[in-house]
Amino acid sequence: MTTIYEQRPGLSRRELLKRGTIGAALIITGNAVISPDRAWGLESAALKPDTMATLIRLARDIYPHDAIADRFYAIAVKGHDTRAAGDAGHKELIEAGIADLDRRAGEGGYRGLGWEDDRVRILREIETTPFFQAVRGDLVVSFYNQKELWPHFGYEGESYSKGGYITRGFDDIEWL
Amino acid sequence: MAASYDLDDDGVVVIIGSGAGGGTLGNELAQKGIDVVILEAGARIEYEDFINDEWDSFAQLAWLDHRTTGGGWRVAKDFPNLPAWIVKAVGGTTIHWAGASLRFQDYEFRTLSHYGKVEGANLLDWPLTLAELEPYYVKAEDKMGVTRTNGIEGLPGNNNFKVLKAGADKIGYKECHTGRMAINSADRDDRMSCQQTGFCFQGCKWGAKWSTLYTEIPKGEATGKLEVRPDSHVVRIEHDADGKATNVVYADKEGNLHSQKARIVCVAGNSIESPRLLLNSASNLFPDGLANSSGQVGRNYMRHTTGSVYAVFEKPVHMYRGTTMAGIIRDEAGHDPSRGFVGGYELETLALGVPFMAAFLDPGGWGRSFASAMDSYAHMAGLWIVGEDMPQEQNAVRLHGEIKDKYGMPVPDVWFTDHPNDTAMRNHAYKQSQALYEAVGATRTFPTPPYPSTHNLGTNRMSEKPQDGVVNKWGQSHDIKNLFVSDGSQFTTGGAENPTLTIVSLAIRQADYIAGEMASGTI
Ligand SMILES: Cc1cc2nc3c(=O)[nH]c(=O)nc-3n(C[C@H](O)[C@H](O)[C@H](O)COP(=O)(O)OP(=O)(O)OC[C@H]3O[C@@H](n4cnc5c(N)ncnc54)[C@H](O)[C@@H]3O)c2cc1C
Ligand code: SF4
Repeated sequence: MTTIYEQRPGLSRRELLKRGTIGAALIITGNAVISPDRAWGLESAALKPDTMATLIRLARDIYPHDAIADRFYAIAVKGHDTRAAGDAGHKELIEAGIADLDRRAGEGGYRGLGWEDDRVRILREIETTPFFQAVRGDLVVSFYNQKELWPHFGYEGESYSKGGYITRGFDDIEWL
Repeated sequence: MAASYDLDDDGVVVIIGSGAGGGTLGNELAQKGIDVVILEAGARIEYEDFINDEWDSFAQLAWLDHRTTGGGWRVAKDFPNLPAWIVKAVGGTTIHWAGASLRFQDYEFRTLSHYGKVEGANLLDWPLTLAELEPYYVKAEDKMGVTRTNGIEGLPGNNNFKVLKAGADKIGYKECHTGRMAINSADRDDRMSCQQTGFCFQGCKWGAKWSTLYTEIPKGEATGKLEVRPDSHVVRIEHDADGKATNVVYADKEGNLHSQKARIVCVAGNSIESPRLLLNSASNLFPDGLANSSGQVGRNYMRHTTGSVYAVFEKPVHMYRGTTMAGIIRDEAGHDPSRGFVGGYELETLALGVPFMAAFLDPGGWGRSFASAMDSYAHMAGLWIVGEDMPQEQNAVRLHGEIKDKYGMPVPDVWFTDHPNDTAMRNHAYKQSQALYEAVGATRTFPTPPYPSTHNLGTNRMSEKPQDGVVNKWGQSHDIKNLFVSDGSQFTTGGAENPTLTIVSLAIRQADYIAGEMASGTI
């Protein structure tokens, strides 16, 4: 199972620093990806944790919402790991796709490219590949369908239980 | 109490599909004392169980059986297995529909005479006039409780409507209001009024919006003359040596096949499944499929010229609050060739939630441009373009050469390419809509491509002459007297208007005809 947990992993700050992570980069340890502020972690089941970390970066590059935390991107891509555990073809598609991104990025790999524009340039080259299509096609649902994110977009979701909007602002526009 | 009929009862009228066409026809016949069995492929889901969540509701209601699509339209690329957005459940697509209920205009029944020949288009006059259909429009509007008819008040305008109206006023449109909607603006017909919930496409949990599921069908059942059999997927219509329809073969939930005898068979499975069923029923006597001596079954597939425009404003709009289709502009609905195309279009407000907006705003889109559009969601207003498209012979529903469904029947392949007239109309509508929103201060507008088809029409079209189409002016097939088509696939041309009011009117009229023919013993 791919699990995402909110935690303070059992690594001391000193140990983390020793691993040589730079800046805001995600931390890889064992089979886990850990957020730099250690607010959450993701344990992968089938894909390499490095691959998961790159997927999270890639997801943000596809749908860059600067005010939304990495955790939501991690939740959005974890399905690939779950699926890869039971589907060798999918595992190969994702691992090979990420390896290709790293190769195109050169030394330091995809996550090593500091500017979004440089990463996006690579993505434009591969946007018609089955790999990119699979990641984006899944992400458009797995990301935007997270209810926790809807307040960010100003969308209120389910309304029947609240009696609809008839007394809750269906016609409250004032600036016209 | 709902009736229950024997599989060997050859006195029943069998209707395939329980949506706008089939559900209405079933009730109308039952009210006249005629025995009816409706076979419906989907489950029966009552309105309390609808879900206020776009993807969960989609999974609950949508027709997701395998389909393929091709041709020049963008849907073929973006949604290769979802050419159309249709419901598979008792009530059919009247569960999803928004409720806009407009009559055809007079000339829209005779476009070939009125527009003249249009190159590449297979235009044909209906064998029917507005005057002939008018009495049935009156009945349908009353049945469905259409606002702004029968003294029923219009719905109140929501935020999305107010932006539309302000823009319409600014650019000089005169005919803009909250629409003719089959949604209760006050309690009526034992159903409550609209609570402005904003999930009309997901099924109205209040029952305020008309759907055959909780109007026609229970009313028909109450006569004791109607049986609705859910989870009954018809795979074939069979006939005797004289070429008369005798029975239909359907699969139940477990996939077991049954045969229901019938005096009359009415096909109302929407414009993809209806022709598919006729084609899949090919026999030695009818090698090209039932009712297909003209070769027109499955052809002339229409889906209205559509598109959306969403616009971002400096301040919030919250377009998703309240009725999804909250208002209409009719100024462009007429035929005015000086605009560079024949036929007309309507502009109707539309709102999607965040999940669907992400999927449909710019299918395949990504990056900062896309994400920043989504970040502006709360400040968006939106509308939908719906205009007359040109029937073209090569736009068609065909049987797939290789892929079969779980019952062994070829799946439908839906082929569609815009006619140049369609493209010219859409571009005009984009331009007008963008100008409209810019007139009230839009900072950014999005000409959004058509969604998978919601209005599916024309694939068993009506014609005066048997060689031009599949059914006559009553929806009766030219080739087989006791075989009828009762849904939107009868449409000879599409008009600029949302189709359901016309489908319902045709069904009421067809019921009169069937009852008359049965009484006189001709079928
Ligand atoms: C999101 C959305 C919004 C819409 N808004 C509007 C609107 O505002 N105004 C308007 O006029 N129209 C609107 N429409 C279109 C409208 O819903 C359809 O035009 C109308 O419901 C079509 O009626 P029908 O009888 O042809 O088919 P349907 O209502 O689709 O009914 C067909 C039924 O047949 C069943 N069926 C199919 N094949 C078989 C088989 N082999 N065996 C047994 N059963 C079968 C299906 O499961 C379905 O229940 C909208 C549609 C959608 C999707
Ligand atoms: S907005 Fe009105 S019609 Fe639409 S679902 Fe809500 S109550 Fe029903």
